[in-house]
Amino acid sequence: MEYVLETKDINKHFYKPKDFHVLKDISFAVRVGEFASIMGKSGSGKSTLLYILSTMDTEYTGELYLNHELVTGRHHNELSRMRNKHIGFVFQFHYLLSEFTVLENVMLPAKKLNEKSHTAIERDAMQKLEMLKIDYLAHQRASRISGGEKQRVAIARALINNPVILMGDEPTGNLDSHNADNVFHIFKKLKEEEGLSLLIVTHDEDFAKRTDRIIQMEDGRIIS
Amino acid sequence: MINWSVILNIAKTHLVTKMKSTATAALGVTFGIGAYITMISFMTGLNDMLDGLVLNQTPHIHLYNEIEPSETQPISLYDEFENSMNVVHSIRPRQIQKKIHNALPILNYLKQDKDVKGATPQLQAQIFYLSGSIELSGALIGINVMEETRLSSMGDYIVNGTPEALKNTDNGILLGSGLAEKMSLSVGDRVQISTVGGAIFPLKIVGFYQSGVATVDNSQSFANLKTVQRIMGEAQNYITDINIRLNDISLAPTLAKRLQKQFMVKATDINEANAQFETGSNIRNLITYAVSITLLIVAGFGIYNILNMLIYEKMKDIAILKAIGFSGLDVQLIFMSQAMIIGLVGGGLGLIIGYVLSRVIDNLAFETSALPTITTYPVSYNLGYYVVGLVFALLSTFVAGWLPSAKARRIDPVIIIRGT
Repeated sequence: MEYVLETKDINKHFYKPKDFHVLKDISFAVRVGEFASIMGKSGSGKSTLLYILSTMDTEYTGELYLNHELVTGRHHNELSRMRNKHIGFVFQFHYLLSEFTVLENVMLPAKKLNEKSHTAIERDAMQKLEMLKIDYLAHQRASRISGGEKQRVAIARALINNPVILMGDEPTGNLDSHNADNVFHIFKKLKEEEGLSLLIVTHDEDFAKRTDRIIQMEDGRIIS
Repeated sequence: MINWSVILNIAKTHLVTKMKSTATAALGVTFGIGAYITMISFMTGLNDMLDGLVLNQTPHIHLYNEIEPSETQPISLYDEFENSMNVVHSIRPRQIQKKIHNALPILNYLKQDKDVKGATPQLQAQIFYLSGSIELSGALIGINVMEETRLSSMGDYIVNGTPEALKNTDNGILLGSGLAEKMSLSVGDRVQISTVGGAIFPLKIVGFYQSGVATVDNSQSFANLKTVQRIMGEAQNYITDINIRLNDISLAPTLAKRLQKQFMVKATDINEANAQFETGSNIRNLITYAVSITLLIVAGFGIYNILNMLIYEKMKDIAILKAIGFSGLDVQLIFMSQAMIIGLVGGGLGLIIGYVLSRVIDNLAFETSALPTITTYPVSYNLGYYVVGLVFALLSTFVAGWLPSAKARRIDPVIIIRGT
C-alpha cells in the first residue's frame, strides 16, 4: 500500500501553564488518493496533530514521513520549502491576504516556489479558479468577497503548486450548510478526478461520514 | 533562493495600503536628514568663513625678532662655575634690534624656494594718530601692497579704496575703519600721525581697512613700506617682519623650525598661532552631529513604532505566509525592505529639502560691518555631507526595522492560526 503521509509514535507535551500530554503514541498513515477525516471532541488533540503533520509545529517526539521522506528534525527553511511544494493547507478562517487581489493570493505560493514563469503561474491560477467556478472574482480584492468565496479561493491557493496532500483545519466550520456542502463536493471531486489525498479535521459529522475514513480521536489517542 | 520580486511586491503593497503610516514614518526621516543637511551646510559655511576671517589674514609662517631673555646666561659660559648651582635674579630680556638682520637676502632666498608661494616684508611701527589735541595710539604697518593682495585676501578687506590707489600714492594710508569712525575722517582727507620720537607727518587717506576684528580696526593702518621707513627715519633694508605664504600649508611647522635655526629669528607657523580656531570648528561640528543624530534617533523610534504596529496588524498575514511556505527570513526581509524603502524615500526627500533650505539660507541677506565682503549667510555645499546624510538615513531605518522584523521572523504561525 502506497502511503503519502505516515507517523510513528508521535508524542507531544504542552508545558504551559503546566505539563499536559496532548498527543500519545500517534501512529497512522494516509494512503495516496485517500479522503480521510479526523474527528474528536475539543481538546482531543486533533488540531495539534494536524499542525504537526503540516510541518509547522516541530516540537514533538516520534517520526513523521511525507512521501516516504523523514521530515522530523529538518531545518526550518527546508520545512518551509516542503510545505510550499508538497502540502496545501485550508484553514477555518479563510485567511487571505486582504490587500491583494484574489488572483495574486492564489499565485503567491507558486511565486514563492519560483519554478515557473509569471505567465505560466497566472495561467495555472486562472485554471484553478475556473475549476472552482470563481474565475470571475480573479481581479477582486480579497477583502471584498463573501465567506464561501473566500474559502474556495483558499482552496485554489492550496492547490496552486499541485501538492501531494491537502490538509484542512475545519475548512467548513465557518460556513453555512450550503457553502459547506459546496466545499465538500470540491474535495470529493479533487480526490476522484485528480487523485489528491486529503486529510481534514472536522467537527461536522455529516461531512465526516461522507469521507473514505474517519479517524476518531479522544484524549490524545486515536481510538478508531 | 530568496525571491526578491515576491518579497518586494508584498512590501510595496503593505506600504501603499498603509499610505498614512508610511508617509508619517518617511517624513520623520525626511525632517531628520533635512535638518542635518541644512545644519551641517550652514555650520560649515560659517566655520569656513570664520576660519577665513582669521586664517586668510594670518601668514603661514611669520618671521620676526622676539624680545626675550637669552637661554644661556653669561655665568654658564664661565668654566669655574661649571659644577655649581647658579641662581640668577632679575633676568632682563636681551638687547636686540627690532629689525630682522639681513632681511633683504632672506627675502630673496625665500622667493627662490619652490615650496614658498611668496614672502612679503613688513615694517610695524608704533605711532600716534593726531586729531586736534587728541592722540590715539596705534600701529602703522608698511607693506608692499600689491604682493600682499596677491598672497592673502587683504584686498577683500579694503573698503572705499583699492590696493592700486595706495601703491600709486606715495604718502597714502589705508586707515583702520574704526579709527576713521572715531576721527570722523573719510577718503581723500588727510590724517596726521606722529612717531614715538615726536616727528609729525601728514598722510592722505586712500581707503579704509576693515578686517572685522574690532581691536585691529581700531588701531591698525597700512601704508607703503618705503613711506613707513621714511617716517621712522630708517634705511630701505629696515624690515621688522616677513610673512611667508606656502603652496602647501601642512609644510608650515617643519619649514618654520628650519627657518628659525637658519636665520636666528623667531618663526611661528599658522597652527601655533591659530590652534584655538581648530578647536572652535571641531566643537561646532560636534554640536551639529549631536543634534542631527538626536533627530534621526527620534525618526528611528517613529519607524520602529509604525513597523511594530504594522506587524501586529499583519500577524495573521505573517502566519499565512509562513503556512504557505515562506520562511522566517522571507518574512523578515518583507518588513526590512519596508523599513529600507521608508529610509531611502524619506532620506532622499530629506536631501532635497536640506538642499532647498541651504539655498534659501544662502540667499538671505546678512550684512554686518565686521565682514565687508559677505552679503548673504555663508553656506557650504559639500557632496560628502549628502552621502553621509543618506547613509545616516539608511542606517537608522535599518536599526529601527531590525527589531520588529526579527520579531515577525520568530512569530509561530500555529499560535496565530489556532487563535490561542
